[in-house]
Amino acid sequence: MVGSMIGIVLYLVFAPFVGGLISGIDRKLTARMQGRIGPPLLQPFYDVRKLINKEILLINNMQFLFAWCFVIFIAFTGALFYGGVNILLVVFVLTTAAMFLVLEATTTNSPFSVMGANREMMQMLSYEPMVLLTAVGFYVATGIGPHDGTFNISEIITHSDIPNVVYLPGVFIGYLYILTIKLRKSPFDISMSHHAHQEMVKGITTELTGGMMALIEISHWYENVFLLGLVALFILCSKWWSIPLALIVCAAAFFLEVLIDNTSARVKWDLMLKSAWIITLVFGAINIFILQMF
Amino acid sequence: MGFAAFLILFPFLAAAVLIFTKNNSARKAVVFSSGIIIMAAAVLFSVREFPGSGNAYLGQSHLTHRIDNIMLAAELFLMALVVVLSVKHRKYYAGLLSVIGTAAMTWLEVSGRAATDEAHIYCDKLTVIMCLIIAFIGSLICIYAVGYMVDYHNHHTEYRDRRTFFFPMLFVFLGAMFGLVMSANLNWIYFFWEVTSISSFLLIGYTRTKKAIDNSFRALWMNLLGGLGFAAAIIYSAIMLDVTTLSGLVNHGTPSLILIPVILLAFAALTKSAQLPFSKWLLGAMVAPTPTSALLHSATMVKAGVYLLIRLAPAMHGELSGTMTSLVGGFTFLIASMLAITVSDGKKVLAYSTISNLGLITACAGVGTKETVWAAVLLLMFHAVSKSMMFQAVGAIENATGSRNIEDMHGLIMSAPFLAFVMVIGIAGMFLAPFGMLISKWAALKAFIDADNIVLVLFIAFGSATTMLYWTKWLAKILVCKAHSHKVYHRTAGGEWLSLLSHAFMMIMLCLLLPTISIAVVEPLLAQLYNVKSVSVLAPEDLVIMVIMLVMVFVIPVVARVLTSRINTTPNLEYMGGVNQGDDRHFEDSFGNPKNMYLSGWYLEDYFGEKKIWLPSAAISVVMIVAFIGLSVGTLSGGVI
Amino acid sequence: MATKVAKSPWLLHYDGSSCNGCDIEVLACLTPIYDVERFGIINTGNPKHADILLITGGINTQNKAVVEQLYSQMPEPKVVCAVGICACNGGVFKECYNIIGGVDKVIPVDVYVPGCAARPNAIIDGVVKALGVLEEKRKNMKGGAAE
Repeated sequence: MVGSMIGIVLYLVFAPFVGGLISGIDRKLTARMQGRIGPPLLQPFYDVRKLINKEILLINNMQFLFAWCFVIFIAFTGALFYGGVNILLVVFVLTTAAMFLVLEATTTNSPFSVMGANREMMQMLSYEPMVLLTAVGFYVATGIGPHDGTFNISEIITHSDIPNVVYLPGVFIGYLYILTIKLRKSPFDISMSHHAHQEMVKGITTELTGGMMALIEISHWYENVFLLGLVALFILCSKWWSIPLALIVCAAAFFLEVLIDNTSARVKWDLMLKSAWIITLVFGAINIFILQMF
Repeated sequence: MGFAAFLILFPFLAAAVLIFTKNNSARKAVVFSSGIIIMAAAVLFSVREFPGSGNAYLGQSHLTHRIDNIMLAAELFLMALVVVLSVKHRKYYAGLLSVIGTAAMTWLEVSGRAATDEAHIYCDKLTVIMCLIIAFIGSLICIYAVGYMVDYHNHHTEYRDRRTFFFPMLFVFLGAMFGLVMSANLNWIYFFWEVTSISSFLLIGYTRTKKAIDNSFRALWMNLLGGLGFAAAIIYSAIMLDVTTLSGLVNHGTPSLILIPVILLAFAALTKSAQLPFSKWLLGAMVAPTPTSALLHSATMVKAGVYLLIRLAPAMHGELSGTMTSLVGGFTFLIASMLAITVSDGKKVLAYSTISNLGLITACAGVGTKETVWAAVLLLMFHAVSKSMMFQAVGAIENATGSRNIEDMHGLIMSAPFLAFVMVIGIAGMFLAPFGMLISKWAALKAFIDADNIVLVLFIAFGSATTMLYWTKWLAKILVCKAHSHKVYHRTAGGEWLSLLSHAFMMIMLCLLLPTISIAVVEPLLAQLYNVKSVSVLAPEDLVIMVIMLVMVFVIPVVARVLTSRINTTPNLEYMGGVNQGDDRHFEDSFGNPKNMYLSGWYLEDYFGEKKIWLPSAAISVVMIVAFIGLSVGTLSGGVI
Repeated sequence: MATKVAKSPWLLHYDGSSCNGCDIEVLACLTPIYDVERFGIINTGNPKHADILLITGGINTQNKAVVEQLYSQMPEPKVVCAVGICACNGGVFKECYNIIGGVDKVIPVDVYVPGCAARPNAIIDGVVKALGVLEEKRKNMKGGAAE
């Protein structure tokens, strides 16, 4: 109980800093890959500080409500995750949060944000099955051997001295695939791109101004820290060496995502949907199916 | 006993009165007072029956013998009715099915093999829950119908006003449902089962258009086919096992012997609950006026099927029958939710979502562990309230705006705020964390993995993604805040509001009291169903999280309201490339003319369209059902040899 | 720190009645050679996110309303930077039947960047100048709010 409280507090306080830093590293890496010098490492923080200092132009009050709902539910998702509670519950709250972002965009009736929202729904449709299967995968993997399966995150870590990824290689690949969608990286950054000049302006965030935009940025930081934490969960086990290993794997996964981002062109939503579902079935489902044989 | 008998008989009495009530205000008085009496009786009934450990009434006596004879006569009358109608409309197959089923049951009855010493009426906690759902949702729908039908006939002057037929049928339906959930004797259950089949047939054909008649006959033959399965199960268990009650069947000592009757009953329940491949009848039922669809979809008809499955759940756990039921249910959950994405007719989305939700309940009951049945019962309650509410809301919206298309609900929150709020409550109750659907899905998922059923897990994983899509899409349409919108003038009658608001209140209470309901109602119910001391499904720490989420849902809007008070909230123009015409609806095109800007939702018909996936999935489900029934017959004969 | 907004200027680039020469130079600023992202500058293409409205080319009767609307959709504080001689006063198109003139005919311009076409160095210089104005405007905005 105390451990999970510490985890929650640490996450809520430090995740924005870590997330912002990760985002800064992302931009720096991207610039280097493109042969540029790139912005300062702390640029994301400068951006958010500026946004907070700007005027807020609302389209309607509902927008404000849903943006806040998104932030709070995303932070809640991560807090549940780092608090070490039920991973299935985490997944459900994450879905709810994503839905609030969609509502925030559609309630404006603005062409660009509605288009972004429609595409965001396609993204949700694409990644949702794999996210659920990831949770299921952990349950099945922890059920191998003498223990019962568990959705409890701290038990997932402590139950054995072998990293879960050994049992779940397929699920890990599937998760990395949808991680590209979740991190809004090319080729799947179709609802909103972090890079300038998308075909539909800023997609789902087009109508957000000033502090509202800052809120969404911060919640993306929260979200990214949570998503990378889920990567780490594949590696962490009761042995001490799993912690540095998890950090290395997270860094490698992140680097891979940035590399993919910079080397691929944006695809249409139907290709994203098909490929994500096929990967989910081929890697995720078959992996779990084989595990269940044991 | 008194209340039970009253609940079964009173609706029939009300129906008889309503046949002769031609004046609308008199009809209103009768419907309102009967509805209130039924609700009050149901409350008294549950106060009496709920705390007990299941009360059996009406052992074998002269009285039951007489009732048996009355039922037999009624059954023959219904058969004659179906035969006449099917000859009249040249749908001979329906008549044939009816004749076969009734003949078989009559033979059983006359030969005296159906005789039993056991109680005919049995009331336990599940009965009470079902009665409360039927009484409250059903009566409110009847009350709603009074106002609705006035508007309906104002809008649709082409249909003959047959309200003296319509309202009695609604009450007959309620009476039959009460009878169904209270009967212990299989014969009695069968009788009420057939009454619901035939009254739904009559209600669907209300408008007497060609489409209505076709759809009503489709509903009829599918349900009669299920009824045949039911009859076969009764005859089998009476002759081979000497069992005449449902509880006798479920608690039978040797599971291998009851496999055949259980799988046949499950088959009957699948048709009743509109599972694949029998889903079409429920979709066709939408041609009827809204109260009929609300009644069929939420409190009655389809609930009869899942009620039977929940009763059978302990006997299906780990058996072939359970595997069949859960696979067909899970498959229906996925396919129906995909189909729900592709349609824009609000009622049709609701119909598909009903089928999909029933699929989930069916799958839960089929797995038959305590956790899944817990989920099934909760889902059943949430679904009954929210679906009835949404059907009525869509009906009211249609009467107000002239359309029930989702695209026409664009910006409903501005044009008809109260109806929109009702819709939002319904949708949120259906699928938002921490409410109904999600929590049940969670329990179901866990149980499916424990049952090593990876196929079901996949159905849930993909089905929950598609479910999320069609609800979010609809919610997003309703919640669009268009500037300069006008409210539509609509005349929603007092009775309709009474019903809608009561539903909304029930929905909110269900969400708020979810932990309490789980501990005080559903878990004791499970203990009774499984003959164990106590059951606990919800872990305390998960409960805490749910309560936190509930609090968040109510606190965030308030906080947001406070926070917005500091910033300037005068609406600003949205970005349209700098050519917004100033009203947020038009932009200037390349000729300098204003052009309307509208973005519709996505329906993905090329991927999940009915044309594309209906036939293959129906075929798959047929194969599943045939294979499993064949397999169970094979196992039995193998065992005999 | 004094620079609350100046470290992250986001641009909205609007092309008025120009020959596209300046536009090419604006885009050249994004390339590795000039790399304006070093200063945190991002070309957003969205007035709602932008701090600096960068306009190339003059104002004609058709785009007048558009420029006004884009400017009005930018949240305060905001600055306008007219890039190239056409944006400054109409340039070679000044006498055309449809040209109203420079950007300052319809919205207040804070920084004028001369040139035909304006060189990337000059554009970046102009934007950096605009940052000072931006910071000034923010202070005034805060002061205004306090009064």
